[in-house]
Amino acid sequence: MSFNGFAEQFPIVFAALNVGFLQTLKLFFVTLIGAIPLGLIISFGSMSRIKPLSGLVKVIVWVVRGTPLMLQLLIIYYGPGILLNNPIWGGGENGRFLASAVAFIINYACYFSEIYRGGIQGVPVGQNEAGLVLGMTKPQIFFKVTLLQMIKRIVPPMSNEIITLVKDTSLARIIALQEVIWAGQAFMKSSHGISGQLWPLFFTGVYYLIFSGVLTLLFGYIEKKMAYFKS
Amino acid sequence: MNILEINNLKKSFGKTEVLKDISFSLKKGEALSIIGSSGSGKTTLLRCLNFLETADSGKVFLNGDLLFDASDKKTYSERDIREKRLNFGLVFQSFNLFPQYNVLKNVTLAVELLRKDEMRGKQKAQIRAEIEQNARDIIGRVGLSAKINNYPCELSGGQQQRVAIARALALKPNILCFDEPTSALDPELTGEVLRVIRELKSDDTTMIIVTHEMEFAHNVSDKVIFMADGVIEEQGTPDEVFGNPKSDKTKAFLVKSLEQI
Repeated sequence: MSFNGFAEQFPIVFAALNVGFLQTLKLFFVTLIGAIPLGLIISFGSMSRIKPLSGLVKVIVWVVRGTPLMLQLLIIYYGPGILLNNPIWGGGENGRFLASAVAFIINYACYFSEIYRGGIQGVPVGQNEAGLVLGMTKPQIFFKVTLLQMIKRIVPPMSNEIITLVKDTSLARIIALQEVIWAGQAFMKSSHGISGQLWPLFFTGVYYLIFSGVLTLLFGYIEKKMAYFKS
Repeated sequence: MNILEINNLKKSFGKTEVLKDISFSLKKGEALSIIGSSGSGKTTLLRCLNFLETADSGKVFLNGDLLFDASDKKTYSERDIREKRLNFGLVFQSFNLFPQYNVLKNVTLAVELLRKDEMRGKQKAQIRAEIEQNARDIIGRVGLSAKINNYPCELSGGQQQRVAIARALALKPNILCFDEPTSALDPELTGEVLRVIRELKSDDTTMIIVTHEMEFAHNVSDKVIFMADGVIEEQGTPDEVFGNPKSDKTKAFLVKSLEQI
């Protein structure tokens, strides 16, 4: 059976791409859930007064930010099997997803950590001192005075990174994670009774556009919400 | 009785001795101006009084009671320091208002946090109303009732500094310190801030003002200290220090300060 007309092909392609995009979304959200807190821990590490610790963390951040995410994906996915003879990820789509999630979380946590560091160090010392002379405790100063100022500072660079993440999820294609690009590409050979079609791959761009468009609006809204003060 | 007595206060940063044996006293209701060139230790002295820096040696007495003894400093907990610090208020050169809060909230925030434990159950609304009324009164005293709902970024530098003064007053400190309160302001805005400080002068308000405004120091203060290189070079009434300085360093400083005008 083969489908030749676009009208016939579209519903089939659409359904297949939706399944792929679901995997894209899953990788996106899992990465955020892991990298947002891990980034905070890394940023504290790199600001630590213990020199060996901050030095080590800075080297790790340099390596992760200084090498391609695609390479990191390959090393994390194939490394344990080839180097240690211990394929920890297991086979199949679940194993590929797990390896992808680990690679993305580490990579994005390092980027986020630098953004947090800028946000934390960007709040003037005077804010902390003002809180102190007014008799506030350190936790009170953090939660009531500096936290919101930090968040305001990090929202623009974070929105930039997060929109980049939407598109970076496609790199997981290199270890054959069945995300939306993989699903689109499958129609070039043959999939769901459709073969030799290029347009489904091109059509995946629409998914990215819509999703990053929604995020752009969301971050614009958050920035606007915090525009009432300058820090 | 002296409200404040400082004995032999010393402070170094690394090898640099910033405060070398500072001693002076202050009576309740007095306004003390501290003058001197940059780097003479004026600001460090204020920061030691407010525990933003910890003196290396020396003692501070408040109303005759020992408040701080540098030889005991290791025994003070963070909580002790916080309580001691509340005897002093500090108005910064750069205002340091909380940008995310409006004028009213800037003034009430610290008081609300301090009285958090009292604010339970039925009393909560009553105490909150009391804190707010008190803040409104103080904001009125610095002439900013019309700006009570504005955010710091919507105010001029002079207005921001007046809010900072109100914020410090809300905690009713025994001694209110000003660290060059007009140095970050445009010349046309210094007047409004100095006027507010002058109006605060009363039998209840004891003030220490680090300033470069010689006329203000001369006209408003009861006592003037001239600092140079970490020591009190000269102290006395404004007429003594400005009219008849004894030290050569004081004379040279005053001549230079007047030249600038």
